Amino acid sequence: MLEKNTLLDLYSKMLCIRAFDEKIAYFFSLGKVHGTTHLYVGEEATAAGVCSVLKEQDYITSTHRGHGHAIAMGMDMNLMMAEMLGKVDGYCKGKGGSMHIADLDKGNLGANGVVGGGFCIAAGAALSQQMNHTDGITVCFFGDGAINEGNFHEAANLASIWRLPVLFLCENNQYALSTPKSYAMNIDKISDRALAYGMKGMELDGNDVIGVYEAIKEAREDVLKNGPMLICCNTYRYMGHSRSDAQTYRTREEVNDWKKNRDPIDRMEKYMLANGFTKDELSKARQEAERKIEQAVQFAEESPFPGLELITTDVYA
Amino acid sequence: MDMERILTYSKAIKEAMVQKMREDPKVFLMGEDVGIYGGSFGVSVGMFDEFGPERVRDTPISEAAIAGAAAGAAVTGMRPIAEIMFSDFLTIAADQIVNQAAKMRYMFGGKAMVPMVVRAAEGSGSGAAAQHSQSIEAWFCHIPGLKVIVPSTPYDAKGLLISSVEDNNPVIFFEQRKLYQLKGGVPEEMYRIPIGKADIKRKGKDVTVITYGRMVHMCLEVAEKLSLEGIDVEVMDLRTLSPLDKDAIISSVKKTKHVVIVHEANLTGGIGGEIAGIICDSEAFFYLDAPVKRVCGMDVPIPYNLELEKNSVPTARTIEEAIKMTV
Repeated sequence: MLEKNTLLDLYSKMLCIRAFDEKIAYFFSLGKVHGTTHLYVGEEATAAGVCSVLKEQDYITSTHRGHGHAIAMGMDMNLMMAEMLGKVDGYCKGKGGSMHIADLDKGNLGANGVVGGGFCIAAGAALSQQMNHTDGITVCFFGDGAINEGNFHEAANLASIWRLPVLFLCENNQYALSTPKSYAMNIDKISDRALAYGMKGMELDGNDVIGVYEAIKEAREDVLKNGPMLICCNTYRYMGHSRSDAQTYRTREEVNDWKKNRDPIDRMEKYMLANGFTKDELSKARQEAERKIEQAVQFAEESPFPGLELITTDVYA
Repeated sequence: MDMERILTYSKAIKEAMVQKMREDPKVFLMGEDVGIYGGSFGVSVGMFDEFGPERVRDTPISEAAIAGAAAGAAVTGMRPIAEIMFSDFLTIAADQIVNQAAKMRYMFGGKAMVPMVVRAAEGSGSGAAAQHSQSIEAWFCHIPGLKVIVPSTPYDAKGLLISSVEDNNPVIFFEQRKLYQLKGGVPEEMYRIPIGKADIKRKGKDVTVITYGRMVHMCLEVAEKLSLEGIDVEVMDLRTLSPLDKDAIISSVKKTKHVVIVHEANLTGGIGGEIAGIICDSEAFFYLDAPVKRVCGMDVPIPYNLELEKNSVPTARTIEEAIKMTV
C-alpha cells in the first residue's frame, strides 16, 4: 500500500484541481474570465496520478486542458489564477492565458492551444534529456482527438527509432469536443497504436488515482530503460469541451453515470476511509484546498493588469 | 581577416556549423540525409565522420518532427540546427515553427528561449519545377518571433550562420541552391556578421537597388554594365529579411533618390512590398524622384521548362529596364 503522505498528496492534488477549475467555471459565468477555457473537472486522477510520480529532471508537455497538469506538477495556483484573469503577476504576465500557462522550472513546457502541439516538442525535450544523460523522461499529455493528428505519427516514430524517453500519455475522455472517439478511430483500444511504432502500449482506468500512480511509477523506469511508451488513461470530462459547449452530443444520463458511479475523488475517499484515514482528516484536506483557492483568488484580484508597454516585450530573446 | 582563402558557399556553411559544433556541445545538426550521405546538396559531407551519429542525426522524412523536436530541444537548453531539404517543405514544418517555436517566449511571458536554426535550400534555376523551387521567405518575415536570413556570398553565409546559431531566437536560414558552388573569400577563423544589417555590395549615387540572395549577383552584373553607360548603381544586399535594416534602406534611398527592389520570390506578398511601404512611410519618401519600382518573380508556380523558368523570375534585361525607367 502507498504511504499515508503519498495518498494524502494525491487526494489533495485532486481536490485542488477540482476546486480551481470549478472556481474558474464560476468566474466565467460572472464574466470575470474572458476568452475561453477548457476545464479538467472529472479527470483529476490522471493528472494527479501521473505527475506525482515525476522527478525534478522530468518534463511534461500539456494540452489546452492544462490546469490539472499544472497543479499536479506543483505550480503556484496564485500565479495561475492571476494569469486566468489576465493580470501582470500571472505566470505569463497576462500575455498567455489559460492555454499557454507554463513553468519551465517546474518542468511544465506549457499548456498548448494547438491540439497535438506538444508531440514534437516532447520528442525534442526527451532528446535533450538523452543527449545530456539527465535520467529524466518527458510525459507528453494529449487527448483522444489529438492522437489523430499527423504530428503524433511523426513524433512517435522519431521517439521510437531514437529510443527517446517519452511517455505518450493519452487522456481519453471519450470526446474530442463533440466527436466521439468511437467515430474518429477505427480501433477499439487507443494504446494498440503503440504496436505500429514498436512501442509498448497500456490501457489504464484513468479515474483510479492509485492505479495510475503505481502504473506510471513502473512505466517511468521502463521508459528510461527501453524507450518510449504509449499509455491511455480512460476518463471522462464532466463539463463541456470549452465554455461555449451545449453538449448536445452526449446524454445527461451518461454524464451523471460517470459523476455518480465513477468519480475519481469519491473513489479515493472511499479507499482512504477504508485504509486508515478519518472523516476529519479528509474534511481538513478539503478545507485546505478551498483555502488555497480563495488565497489564489485574492492574489489574482489584487494583482494589477499589465501596462500597454508589455504588448511589445519578449517577442525576441 | 584573410579574404584570400577561397571557399564555396556550401563549404562556408559547413565550416560555420563545424566550428560552432566544435566550440559548443549544445549545437547539433539534424535532418534528412545529413549524416552518412552528407546532405542532399552535399553541405554536411564529412561532418558525420567528425561528430558521429549523436550530433549529426539522420531523421526519417518527418519535417514537422524535425522542426518541432528542434523547438523542444532548444527550449530545454540545446542549440539545434534543423535542416529541411527543400524550403518548399517548410510548409510541413510550418505549424511547429509558427505556432510553437516563434511564440513560446512571448506566450510564456518571457520565460522561455528557443535558440534554434532551421536551414533550408531555396530558389529556382535548376529545372526542379514547382514544388522544389519556391522562395517563400516572405511568409516567415510575417511571423513575429522569427528571424529570417538569406546570405548571398560564402563570406556572408559563414558569418551569418554563426550569428544565427548564437542568436537566442528561432532563425530561418534560407540557402540559395544555385549559389552552393559560388566561390569567395572566407576567413578561416570564426567571425560573426550581425543579424539585421544590410551590406552595400556596390556603392553608387544614381539609384539604390535593394536585393538579396541569388539576385545580388545578377544586380551586380547589371550595375557593371550600366556603369559603362553612365548610370552609377548602388547595390544593397539585405542579408537579413527579418528584421529589415530600415536605417540602411532609408539612408541609401535619401542619397540616390531612386530605388528598384529586386527579388526572385514572386511579386505579390513578397518582401518587396514591405520595403516599398517602409520607404513610403518614412522621410525617404520626400527624397524620391521616381516611384518605387519592384522587379520580382511572376505570380506563377515555377515552370519546368528551362526557358520558361528563367523568364519567370527577374533577368538581367528586366532589371536593367527597371533601372533605366527609374533614373
